[in-house]
Parts: sequence; structure tokens; C-alpha cells
Amino acid sequence: MAEVEKQLLLSPQDGSRGECGEEPPNGGTAVGVAEPAPPSAGSPVTEEPAEDTKKKIDVLLKAVGDTPIMKNKKWAVERTRTIQGLIDFIKKFLKLVASEQLFIYVNQSFAPSPDQEVGTLYECFGSDGKLVLHYCKSQAWG
Amino acid sequence: MTDDKDVLRDVWFGRIPTCFMLYQDEITEREAEPYYLLLPRISYLTLVTDKVKKHFQKVMRQEDVTEIWFEYEGTPLKWHFPIGLLFDLHASNTALPWNITVHFKNFPEKDLLHCPSKDVIEAHFMACVKEADALKHKSQVINEMQKKDHKQLWMGLQNDKFDQFWAINRKLMEYPPEDSGFRYIPFRIYQVTTERPFIQKLFRPVAANGQLNTLGDLLKEVCPAAITPEDGEKKNQVMVHGIEPMLETPIQWLSEHMSYPDNFLHISIIPQPTD
Repeated sequence: MAEVEKQLLLSPQDGSRGECGEEPPNGGTAVGVAEPAPPSAGSPVTEEPAEDTKKKIDVLLKAVGDTPIMKNKKWAVERTRTIQGLIDFIKKFLKLVASEQLFIYVNQSFAPSPDQEVGTLYECFGSDGKLVLHYCKSQAWG
Repeated sequence: MTDDKDVLRDVWFGRIPTCFMLYQDEITEREAEPYYLLLPRISYLTLVTDKVKKHFQKVMRQEDVTEIWFEYEGTPLKWHFPIGLLFDLHASNTALPWNITVHFKNFPEKDLLHCPSKDVIEAHFMACVKEADALKHKSQVINEMQKKDHKQLWMGLQNDKFDQFWAINRKLMEYPPEDSGFRYIPFRIYQVTTERPFIQKLFRPVAANGQLNTLGDLLKEVCPAAITPEDGEKKNQVMVHGIEPMLETPIQWLSEHMSYPDNFLHISIIPQPTD
């Protein structure tokens, strides 16, 4: 699990934004479900070698309720990354303290178990070439 | 839908005779006797082991009693996998009773999820049911249910009430009469030989040509290494609930009858014993 600690395990897909964690989340504007980032035209990861694009998948992270948004919503995530790995990353990014909980939901309906791989969820629940996940500091859906 | 009710009962009432022994390095004030229990295959370890915990706590100092966890031959047992799956995957073809080691120290953080209360098991169970219905019915059936129906599923499992559980669960097993089955089959394939947690993909119960897909078709598509080549030696066993279903079994039938209460078909691929 040591690699989970590394911040750059995910790469932002928006380009224009800074390094992860640099911009403090703006809780004031984060009420309600965040809008998805505009889909980039063509392949957003053209600089990366072909095998890397296969290994990684696009994940769109949307905040729920008063949970802070992330300015970069679209991330390239390794298929073998677990939901727990993703939770740790988001918590770090949002500068939540370790004791705070964070829930991740698929299809706005179920919370996958922490050891589930993102790649598996993408294959079953991804659409339009990406996996949309909602995250929330409190239980949002049952 | 279901006519083969007996199969549902057989699956529900499957039990594994188990002997729990305290890990040798745990500090006790008196000798810890082993504890024997019939474990329901369809349940979860942390849901049915209150008695085991109490039994070993009696001989331990209060300050040494922390979160309980279980291990079999060096492998920490994931409480969030159904018991029958854990047995099929790790202990098939071994002599009964199943010898499980009980630990209170050195919780293996990287292998196991914490289970501080039964609520955590309930949340995990319901999340699996919802995920399965997302695959089967685009979540329509589970979303149309009331909160009390969800609760009834959980209480049925927790209290081992077959009728209570199936009164609700049968709705999750229905499909429109014009279809020949679910949208996709909720299945997970586990192998001890790989590091990956499990294989789960989209798989339809009916092929494009209208034929029913079988267990063999599923394996061919998502886990071809598990299948014995026509002229080859059988290297693997494909286990569900402790048996090897025929590979010709339609996957829709298996899904309706041999899924665990979480509505997933948990399939174990294990090496063929060589005796």
C-alpha cells in the first residue's frame, strides 16, 4: 500500500491546472453536484505511449452535496488502482484529515468495496470511454 | 421464474464444519480450547462468529482483546467474501473440519478490511446487491423496492431466515418475459494463483445467435486458462458452492439458483488436486 501515498499516482487530464494538491479546494462554490469537465476533443493523452493509454482509464470525479470539488475532475487512473487507493488520493487532495470518511459511488447508487479495482468497474459501468464516480464525505446513497 | 426451489434451499443451508483455534502467539491466562461451529456458506465470517470471539475472550486479558481476524494456513480470510467462497478458494479438497486460526493481534491492514460493527457488513452486503441489480436490471428492481424490503433482505441473511429473504430476493431474480434472462450476469471469478482480486466483466446470458450462454461460454470468454483443452489434462476445478457444475449449465440458471445472497455468482478456479 506504500505506493498509495505517492501523490502523482494519478495524472490530471485538464492540462491547464497545476500539480495536484496545489490549489486548495474552494468549499464555497462546491454546493451541489459539480459539473463535469468539458470533454477534451480527440485523445486527451496523446503524449503518452500507446501502452500507457491502455493501462490507464479516464475517471471523472464528481463531488456530492457539500463535499469540496476538485478542480481537475478528469484523471487518468491505472486499471489496477483500487477504490481504497482512490479514496486515499482524494482525501489527500482535498486535505481531509485521515479520520474523515470519504465514500465513492458508482452510478449514483452503490459504493464499491475498497479492494475493488477501478479497471473492473470501468469495464462494467464505464460509458463514453470513462468511468464516472461520485464522492461524498457522508453516505449519499444508502 | 424459479422452479428448482430445492436448489435454493440446498444452497441456503450449506454448512461447513469448522474448528477455530487461537493463534499460538496470543497471550492467554488459561489454555484456549478449540471451538467448533457449523458455518453457513452464504454468510460472512464476522457475522456468525460472536460465539467464537466470546469463547476466546474468556481466556484472554481484557487489554489484549482487539479486533478479531481469521487466517487459514497463512492466508488472512477476507470477511467481506462469503464464507463458502473462502472455503472453496482456499480449503477445497482438504479434510474437514476446516481449521481456522483466530487472531487478535497484528491486524493485516493491507489484506483485510476492518469490520468494526455489523453495520459495516450490512453496508457491504447491500452495496453488492445493488451492484448486481445494476448489472441485471439497470438498478430498476432494487430502486423500486422500499427501505423495509432492503432491510428484510439483510435481516433474512443475518437471522438465517430463508423464506424472509427469498420473499424479497425473488423479485431480484425476475426478468421481463420477452427476454431470456438478465441484462448481464453478476459474476466474479476468483483464482488463488493470481494477485488480482477477481475477474468481473459484462456478460450476457444469451448469445447473439439466440442460444443460451453456458458456464463454459463464460469461462471461454473471460478466463480461458481455466478450461481444459479437448486433448489436455484437467488442470483446474471450477467451483460454486463446493461443487463443480457442468460447464454446459446455462449461466442464467446458475445465476438464478446458485448466486450468493449478495446476488453475485462467486466462482472459484482452483488447481486440480493431484492425488
